[in-house]
Amino acid sequence: MLSAESLAQIDRELTKYPPEQKQSAVMAALRIAQTELGWLSRDTIEFVAHYLGMPAIAAYEVATFYNMYELAPVGRNKVTLCTNLPCQLQGADKIAEHMQGKLGIGFGETTADGRYTLKEGECMGACGHGPLCLHNNHKMHDHLTPDSVDKLLDDMK
Amino acid sequence: MPLIEIDGKEIEIAAGSTVMDAAHQAGITIPHFCYHKKLSIAASCRMCLVEVEKSPKPLPACATPVTEGMKVMTRSPKAIAAQQGVMEFLLINHPLDCPICDQGGECQLQDIAVGYGGSASRYSEPKRVVKEKDLGPLIATDMTRCIHCSRCVRFGQEIAGLMELGMPGRGEHMEVMPYLETQVSHELSGNVIELCPVGALTSKPFRYSARSWELSRRKSVSPHDGLGANIQVHVKNNRVMRVVPLENEAINECWIADRDRYSYEALNSDARLTSPLLKENGHWREAGWQEALEHVATRLAQIRESKGAAAIGALASPHQTVEELYLFTKLMRGLGTENIDHRLARADATVGAGARWLGMAIADLNRLDRVLLVGATIRKEQPLIAQRLRQAVKRGAQLNVLHAAGDDLLCKVNARLIGKPSAWLNGLGQIARAMQEAGADLGTDVGAALAAISGVSDHARAIAASLMSGEQKAVLLGELAQNHPAATQLHTLAQAIAVASGATLGFLAPAANSVGAQLVGVLPGPEGLGTHAMLAEPRSAYVLLGAEPELDAYDAAAANAALRGAEFVVALTAFKTDAQDYADVLLPISPFTETAGSFVNLEGRAQSFHGVVKPLGEARPAWKVLRVLGNLLSLGGFDYDNAEAVRGDALAADFAAGLNNTPVAAALEGLMPGDGLERVAETPPYQLDPVVRRSHALQATVDAGVPVVWIGSELLTGLGIAEGGMVRVRQGGGEAILPARRDDRLAIDTVRVAAAHPLTATLGARLGPVSVEKV
Amino acid sequence: MSLNTPDTQVCLWTLQHSESASLATYTANGGYEALKKILAEKTPAEAIIAEVKTSALRGRGGAGFPTGLKWSFMPRNFPGDKYVVCNTDEGEPGTFKDRDIIRFNPHQLIEGMIIAGYTLGAKAGYNYIHGEIFEEYQSWERALEEARAAGLLGRDILGSGWDFDLHAHQGYGAYICGEETALLESIEGKKGQPRFKPPFPASYGLYGKPTTINNTETLASIPWIMRHGGQAFLELGKPNNGGSKIFSISGHVNKPGNYEIPLGTPFADLLEMAGGVRTGHTLKAVIPGGSSAPVLTAEAMMACTMDFDSVARAGSMLGSGAVIVMDDSVCMVKALERLSYFYFEESCGQCTPCREGTGWLYRIVHRIEHGQGRPEDLDELLRIGKNIGGNTICALGEAAVGPVASFVKHFRKEFEYHIENKRCMVGS
Ligand SMILES: Cc1cc2nc3c(=O)[nH]c(=O)nc-3n(C[C@H](O)[C@H](O)[C@H](O)COP(=O)(O)O)c2cc1C
Ligand code: SF4
Ligand code: FES
Repeated sequence: MLSAESLAQIDRELTKYPPEQKQSAVMAALRIAQTELGWLSRDTIEFVAHYLGMPAIAAYEVATFYNMYELAPVGRNKVTLCTNLPCQLQGADKIAEHMQGKLGIGFGETTADGRYTLKEGECMGACGHGPLCLHNNHKMHDHLTPDSVDKLLDDMK
Repeated sequence: MPLIEIDGKEIEIAAGSTVMDAAHQAGITIPHFCYHKKLSIAASCRMCLVEVEKSPKPLPACATPVTEGMKVMTRSPKAIAAQQGVMEFLLINHPLDCPICDQGGECQLQDIAVGYGGSASRYSEPKRVVKEKDLGPLIATDMTRCIHCSRCVRFGQEIAGLMELGMPGRGEHMEVMPYLETQVSHELSGNVIELCPVGALTSKPFRYSARSWELSRRKSVSPHDGLGANIQVHVKNNRVMRVVPLENEAINECWIADRDRYSYEALNSDARLTSPLLKENGHWREAGWQEALEHVATRLAQIRESKGAAAIGALASPHQTVEELYLFTKLMRGLGTENIDHRLARADATVGAGARWLGMAIADLNRLDRVLLVGATIRKEQPLIAQRLRQAVKRGAQLNVLHAAGDDLLCKVNARLIGKPSAWLNGLGQIARAMQEAGADLGTDVGAALAAISGVSDHARAIAASLMSGEQKAVLLGELAQNHPAATQLHTLAQAIAVASGATLGFLAPAANSVGAQLVGVLPGPEGLGTHAMLAEPRSAYVLLGAEPELDAYDAAAANAALRGAEFVVALTAFKTDAQDYADVLLPISPFTETAGSFVNLEGRAQSFHGVVKPLGEARPAWKVLRVLGNLLSLGGFDYDNAEAVRGDALAADFAAGLNNTPVAAALEGLMPGDGLERVAETPPYQLDPVVRRSHALQATVDAGVPVVWIGSELLTGLGIAEGGMVRVRQGGGEAILPARRDDRLAIDTVRVAAAHPLTATLGARLGPVSVEKV
Repeated sequence: MSLNTPDTQVCLWTLQHSESASLATYTANGGYEALKKILAEKTPAEAIIAEVKTSALRGRGGAGFPTGLKWSFMPRNFPGDKYVVCNTDEGEPGTFKDRDIIRFNPHQLIEGMIIAGYTLGAKAGYNYIHGEIFEEYQSWERALEEARAAGLLGRDILGSGWDFDLHAHQGYGAYICGEETALLESIEGKKGQPRFKPPFPASYGLYGKPTTINNTETLASIPWIMRHGGQAFLELGKPNNGGSKIFSISGHVNKPGNYEIPLGTPFADLLEMAGGVRTGHTLKAVIPGGSSAPVLTAEAMMACTMDFDSVARAGSMLGSGAVIVMDDSVCMVKALERLSYFYFEESCGQCTPCREGTGWLYRIVHRIEHGQGRPEDLDELLRIGKNIGGNTICALGEAAVGPVASFVKHFRKEFEYHIENKRCMVGS
């Protein structure tokens, strides 16, 4: 189900917690699984739950509670734009329009070629640098302008 | 003990109590939804907000600990404002479908809304709609009605021990659901129906069949496992519509098992026998009671005349009432036979010094520190006792197990000794030996016999160490230990272990009236035969009271042969059983809802109940049928006016003196396991008795699925069988072809094939040698 | 004393150095000295707590609870494990200071957590990091490795015979996990649903063990206090408001960013540091303590000094020190709509008033913004708010109500105009 590398990463996460608290690693394990597979299928969630010795429904609760997990396939490049108030004040609305116009999709949608998914995000804790977005959850791009957005999107394969 | 004031009443309450407890003690009702006395505190519905002096905010009564001098106002303007506010929030997304909701009339939301809600909703935004979930054949859902109290989820986690339901999603999007499209399958699953304060989770079989206010509520006792759960039977137009728990803290608390709840479906089903039937020239015909009973009396007298009374065998189900069983034995002994038994699945017919019982009160189970379960498939056998043991484990008790399979008991297990059935005596021997080595005195005879035990495994040592520590302890013998061919020796060894460790020895009585049956003597007399012998050495005639030996016997194949070969068989039965194939007379008797009667449960408590509906068709209470038969046979002493009078004769006031777990002296031979493959066969939970067998809802559950052959990986590979592939199981001359499934928690050389099922009734000994091959 | 310079900086001083985040930079400037001294002298826990009390350090996570007092709640003679937990889940719109502490001065946080662990008798510590700042999670893990390699973490720390370890736990997108008990649930691998208190984390925390939770900036201030003394920290700020504090300024200013200045600095000075309001515009409103804090009008704000007490007197709260500045181009209805959406989306859903009430609030504000407001809506918003506030398990309920009540209170005319004219009076 998961590569040896991902499993090794999960095992490393497990060392952080007391041995009888394996469930503590579920957030990390789901994140690692999603990083490898792109999204969390029910099978993946079940696998992770089994790996950590917890009920599948409990792992599913976690997967559905936290925004950054994807429960349906997304494009190769998921771009999550913060639209919360501070970013909005700093021009996130215009960036949103620009991104949607350029890609021809709205928030929550994926381009037909599967290259991009656009998402609206909540505060990312970097407001002073807004407008800003996350690329595939893990890489932040800030001080966005229409030009920098063009370059950013074009560079995504 | 803090002194607090609540709505002006001063009360003293134990430290550590909550305001909710205090209100309860003061007889004050505080509205609530998420709070439930048996579940952890969630404090999430916020319905129980009350005003507490010096607190700027209203506080949830369910979660606020009392403190000395605290002043609580549950109906002050501030408290009421908070409660009304919460009620308004609960109602904005709740559908207004009370007129078609099964919960109508018994809905906490409806009740509280009347007292605390506003008149018209100010909410004018669109209402939330939630997709239905398929929870299986027992529980219907209307998830839009859910108020997110999380009781059903906490029930799974805390009481059932299995989290089948969760609440995925966040905020408004949170929904109660199972994982994937899996159905709930836990043996206690139906309890979420009462826990659900609204109509989100309701009974599927009951759905839309009656309004709650049309139902008369009658007390009764569950006729299934040995617990004797107290139930309330809901009746409309002389028909049982549903069964719900009746709270009894000492027995079932506020729970019942699914089989207690849904078995009633059988009572109105087509499977009921509603008129006496006589077989003539191989064909059944309806007959009047008089004719049928005279025929039975005549035939039995004839057979006694020609073959002697010992040619008659008498088998009664331990699910029949004390009154019925008493008259049954009286009749059979009056006829002169001592071949009488209720222990249909027993291999060992030894009759004990008294009635085997739990050895303690049911409620004491929660307080145990150390437990050794011997041959108990506890979850399926005694769902609510398993629940109590789970609570004990949560408190810190150590649960130890001797079994043929390392089943998931949904709680922590301290140590397990897993071996095939013939190795169990050796297993107990190892435990005893380890105790002996640690300085315990196992008594002269057992102590000496233990010399034959050579190796002691680490597991056995761990169990011994566990039993030699702690205060409150029990060694409990389950269904398999009682049905075991070496039951008496297992008993002897278990007793020695219990005595040496200061534990109580107990029997997990399999049926509602197993203890009652023993007390009234439904047991072979000195010269008589037990079930197994009666069937292995066929009799000319059999009298069956509620029994289905063709399914339930220790050796079902032998039972079938014996019954089919008999000259005359009469079955007193509530259902059209397989006796239609082999009997000569079928007499329709009333199930527990149609007769007065009593059961003695596994803790030795006699519980009497009344009939809740009139007998269906021509069915009659068995005690009345037996009364007539006794009179027709001129046996004398059958002139009872009512069930109470029978009970008076059947159960002496001091019947509890007859409870006794002292073993019958038995030489400890067979301390070495046998060779070869062995079968381990339990009674599936929904094949426990004639009633559950005929409940459609229960038969549609996962637990009632087609029996499979559980095999360990090694054997599976050795036989070249893939999982799911069909295998032929052979025992003696009988065989069954069933799908194979993998279970690596099984003991070596063991295959598990359920007994008491039509598809395995061709097989022999429940705990005997077996062979398996690829088809 | 000049502002936002090494003189006033407690946490972000490493920014003056090229390799700000490295262990070398930190130790070359007195880093880990406080820890070494404590371990060498076996400073009693009471003495450390007394020093923290003297400093008047108040929690930087939002509630401003005195840290020394919080630490004194941890049971002394508890037989089992105890934990110290750092809250770097900053997700409160407007707040972005803790990210910079991890980016630019991770070791001061590590040292602070070790000292906290030592003082509170913890066996391990966890730092819960906001899901969206994954690079900071990785860089903090690297800093932990550095510290571990230097013998500052793990077994027998600096030869003291004392064992203690630290780990990072990555969030994954749930604002509510900033609430301390939701955060604990999240570390336990569950949905982040706040727990009812009591019991408080000091008696029933992570895995049911006594636990102390502090904000990143709070814990990162500890080494400074232990090195320079509690009195020096107190004197940086003003009585009852010890120390400097990082203010995160966002919105309509020319230079948004973090400014670490003494508590008690006038708001006007802070605004000036941030380059002032955008040219051509005037200040309209300020949310002074993160999105949950009630909004204040320009006049009210200009009269404030930046400390817990002054902002509270003005009718809002200093919260996490996130200052959202809005100029005259802002439509207050639209601004409130976005904030209400945030609380509605981020409600964990367990308690009734918040689950049902935040959605109700948002839907009404959304209607008003989209020209479907009704005259009775404004009073209805306030009424619903009253039924949420104070009735929930955690403070998110109040946090959701704060903006609604204050926006309507201070800018009621704008809302009424929207309802009447079905459009905005600002015309942006
Ligand atoms: C909804 C909500 C969100 C919160 N978010 C944060 C947060 O992101 N960071 C933080 O340090 N504290 C946050 N808090 C406050 C914490 O619950 C807690 O009070 C704080 O971490 C304690 O640390 P301190 O005493 O050092 O301030 C939040 C509280 C609530 C109710
Ligand atoms: S107030 Fe909201 S976030 Fe807090 S516990 Fe209640 S539902 Fe959850
Ligand atoms: S019953 Fe107290 S909050 Fe639900």
